[in-house]
Amino acid sequence: MCLAVPARVVSLDTPADMAVVELDGIRKEVSTVLLDEVRIGDYVLLHVGFALETIDTDEAEKTLAMFARMRADA
Amino acid sequence: MKYVDEFRDGTTARAMAEAIRAEAATDREYRLMEFCGGHTHAIFRYGIQDLMPANLRFVHGPGCPVCVLPAGRIEAAIRLAENEDITLCTYADLMRVPAGKQDSLFKAKARGADIRMIYSATDALGIAQANPDRQVVFFAIGFETTTPPTAAVLKIARALELPNFSVYCNHVQTPPAMAHILDAGETQIDGILGPSHVSTVIGSRAYAGCCKQYKTPIVIAGFEPLDVLASTLMLLRQINAGRHAVENQYTRVVSETGNQKAQALMHEVFEQRPLFEWRGLGSLPNSAVQIRDANAAFDAEKRFAMQESEIDEVRGCICPAVLRGVSSPVECKLFATACTPEDPKGACMVSSEGACAAYYSYGRRLAA
Repeated sequence: MCLAVPARVVSLDTPADMAVVELDGIRKEVSTVLLDEVRIGDYVLLHVGFALETIDTDEAEKTLAMFARMRADA
Repeated sequence: MKYVDEFRDGTTARAMAEAIRAEAATDREYRLMEFCGGHTHAIFRYGIQDLMPANLRFVHGPGCPVCVLPAGRIEAAIRLAENEDITLCTYADLMRVPAGKQDSLFKAKARGADIRMIYSATDALGIAQANPDRQVVFFAIGFETTTPPTAAVLKIARALELPNFSVYCNHVQTPPAMAHILDAGETQIDGILGPSHVSTVIGSRAYAGCCKQYKTPIVIAGFEPLDVLASTLMLLRQINAGRHAVENQYTRVVSETGNQKAQALMHEVFEQRPLFEWRGLGSLPNSAVQIRDANAAFDAEKRFAMQESEIDEVRGCICPAVLRGVSSPVECKLFATACTPEDPKGACMVSSEGACAAYYSYGRRLAA
């Protein structure tokens, strides 16, 4: 129920609070009404047809860098 | 898929598991509750339990909205859907959940009731707009992740003054359920893997009270296997250091304060429900939301005077104890015999997030 997937924003209809997102080649129109700000190229967390949050790419990279250090230390 | 595949790398997983085994003390047990069904499934699907030291067990929590919904509320929805002018829309997860007398929404649909599976709350709105002669009721369930989309469509319906749309609200809240389980103390819990996407909405600070009052470490964890492993290590470090704090592993989408726009929308549409019955946990005060009086016209419970009925649990089904983390699915006599995903007797076997479904799909050997 709480599952959500990361999808990339490919176009925006800002007045309607809607966006088209792409995930593995599949495009879908979703609502962006829950977001303050969204730009083309952003990755958003998609849940039941709504973008729930924008993915913080810097934080994602930090987490992945931490994983890489653990892999190197092993 | 970007932001998914990188978080499923097997080599990194083995390195993390090694770090967890090195961190774990050998002279004690670790019992970690993963609150969410999404975590339960990640733990089983990716074999995470098998990578853990023998003295570390994951205890499965109640974070499966379909599982904690009492059968009486499903029964009420079935009775409503049996009216000829009603179209009931709901997420697919609910369709096969057993209501009273082995009934379900799916069976009611087979008998001719107009019940539709939808992907998004906006689909229910679309059905209402396309069918002005029918009363369209959205059977809304879910934790705080799923509540803002329901709030958003209700607000649109109000703006459009849609006379034939209403919501049967069954949205529940995570922190009160977590507090209840820790307060009941039925099972030892040394730390909690906190919700992923619920926390995206409500923020990591929402668990501060729970953490402090019960002196229990909480780590907000993403749903991917490397997120679960990294969070497990963070929990072990807290436990071993004798600390208890809310820490956030899932920083790419969870902040301390959460999605405030979504919170404001929820607050505008919903208010605290004084009491809500949870399967397994009983009636918990201030653990769910209801539609505000200002939006009463869109509240299906009021519009159709819906009545919840008392329904006995299926004999032998231990769903309630499984939901509290007290029993394991394999302790149930019905597990994988009378109760299977094809013919479920209890909700925990139906939902793709239920603990019984996880054991059935990936962990039946644990029954041996």
